[in-house]
Amino acid sequence: MAQWEAVIGLEVHVELKTNTKIFCNSSTEFGADPNTHVCPVCMGLPGVLPVLNKKVLEYAVKAGLALNCKIAPYSKFDRKNYYYPDLPKNYQISQYDLPIAEHGYLDIELDGKTKRIGITRLHMEEDAGKLVHQGNIMTTPYSLVDYNRTGVPLIEIVSEPDMRSPEEAKAYLEKLKAIIQYTGVSDCKMQEGSLRCDANISVRLVGSAEFGTKTEIKNMNSFKALQKALEYEMQRQIEVLESGGRIVQETRTWDEAKGITVSMRSKEEAHDYRYFPDPDLVPIVIDPQWVKEIEESLPELPDARKKRYIEEYGLPEYDAAVLTMSKEMSDYFEEVLDEYPHPKTVSNWMMGDFSRILNANQVEIQDCKVAPSQLAELLKLIDKGTISGKIAKTVLEEMVETGSDPGKIVEEKGLVQISDEGELSRIIDEVIAGNPKSVEDYRNGKKKAMGFLVGQTMKATKGKANPALVNKLLAEKLQQ
Amino acid sequence: MITKKDVEHVALLARLKLNEEEKEMYTRQLNDILKYAQKLQQLDTDAVEPTAHVLPIKNVFREDEVGDHLPNDKALANAPEKEGNYIKVPKIM
Repeated sequence: MAQWEAVIGLEVHVELKTNTKIFCNSSTEFGADPNTHVCPVCMGLPGVLPVLNKKVLEYAVKAGLALNCKIAPYSKFDRKNYYYPDLPKNYQISQYDLPIAEHGYLDIELDGKTKRIGITRLHMEEDAGKLVHQGNIMTTPYSLVDYNRTGVPLIEIVSEPDMRSPEEAKAYLEKLKAIIQYTGVSDCKMQEGSLRCDANISVRLVGSAEFGTKTEIKNMNSFKALQKALEYEMQRQIEVLESGGRIVQETRTWDEAKGITVSMRSKEEAHDYRYFPDPDLVPIVIDPQWVKEIEESLPELPDARKKRYIEEYGLPEYDAAVLTMSKEMSDYFEEVLDEYPHPKTVSNWMMGDFSRILNANQVEIQDCKVAPSQLAELLKLIDKGTISGKIAKTVLEEMVETGSDPGKIVEEKGLVQISDEGELSRIIDEVIAGNPKSVEDYRNGKKKAMGFLVGQTMKATKGKANPALVNKLLAEKLQQ
Repeated sequence: MITKKDVEHVALLARLKLNEEEKEMYTRQLNDILKYAQKLQQLDTDAVEPTAHVLPIKNVFREDEVGDHLPNDKALANAPEKEGNYIKVPKIM
């Protein structure tokens, strides 16, 4: 069987978290009534003059530096011309041949191996409006246009075609998102569209140096969708080629419900955007001193933080990677550590039960009702022997739901661990008296019966018995 | 040299519907314009920096402060068709 590999490059659009749009002072706030955050500039009315928002430039430079790019000393804006109703001017202001940042990279880790993915360029541009379709784009009878998003600042980050599998593409996007989030220039919420990703993919035989014909995939709204769409498209291309066909260069859309990619434009009018410099906007000359200041203002980025977790906290690499993948998770972790300085225990809880409970409740850690100090408090209760680890999980579930203090929940629900030998002894005596068959089995050598008796004791105490003590007492009594 | 085919292509990109007469006319006119522009290319520009803007200005910025918005009815005043707060457009693929 022939061995195929994918060649994948990603184009990622990130909405910058500014108060106002890129070229006018309309608000960028998400979720406003349609066509209410607009002004003559972003509506493209005649005679208006766009002026660059300085914050946008600062954020673009910041993101560029975080992605190891070189910042251009001289940069300008161009008009990208195309007719589509999401664009009131019939051109998008973007950057063509002199982008603000180029030649960067980021490192991904997969199966314990590090791979460097090149970043070709990062440029600033304005977002287009939102089209609302009735049903889907193929079957809608007409479309409605909302220009609130028109002019919201974007950076587009174009990678080199360095990824060789859908997994690598997903790892790249996750890392990119983490880095951008750490810099604070964007929320990177895929559901709200503040992080959007298009992929270029082709396949070739392993060992071949040439690229095959590529297709562009759009409409992937989650990391999972990206990976699934690329897996599907890779397989589709391989099947076409193996059956003697050829790949048509085209744009395809990911149909999440059906799990397939669908051709969007049968006749692609070659990308003929007729770029030219925008005469309304003046060139940008970057002061190296300013770049230096922005560089110094960069926070600790995911790779550095991960390294610190391994070296300073002695965490396994896996824990460090998972915790630092999201800034919210990582910040939370550090806040818990401030009050409960046992990194591995905190890590276990955060990656395990805490994450599981948050997922089950469909709540993000930054929106969760449990403060880091409350999680620390819970872990202290276990250490003190007030509650068992098992009961702590129940308490944590209650905390996520209500936001109550762990101590209060333990008290109100009577969950304090029974570590009183006398009391436990009495309960165990009752269990032994009530289960003569199991006791006999145990004495006849069936050691498994012990587990059953421990379980009965836990049941009799509603899980509150100190497990270590139950085992010790039960063993002693059965020996008699 | 601009051909009729170029004119048809650009007309399509610009969503312009041209009749045969217009296509001929624009082909001729665009060629005249290009011919005139070619005169400029005879200038020796070796010592001249590429220009992205005609005025000798750079770095014009605004602060990130929210200003006034157009009320929705004004924003939609020029729309040929509307539905609720939206502008209504034909389905476009």
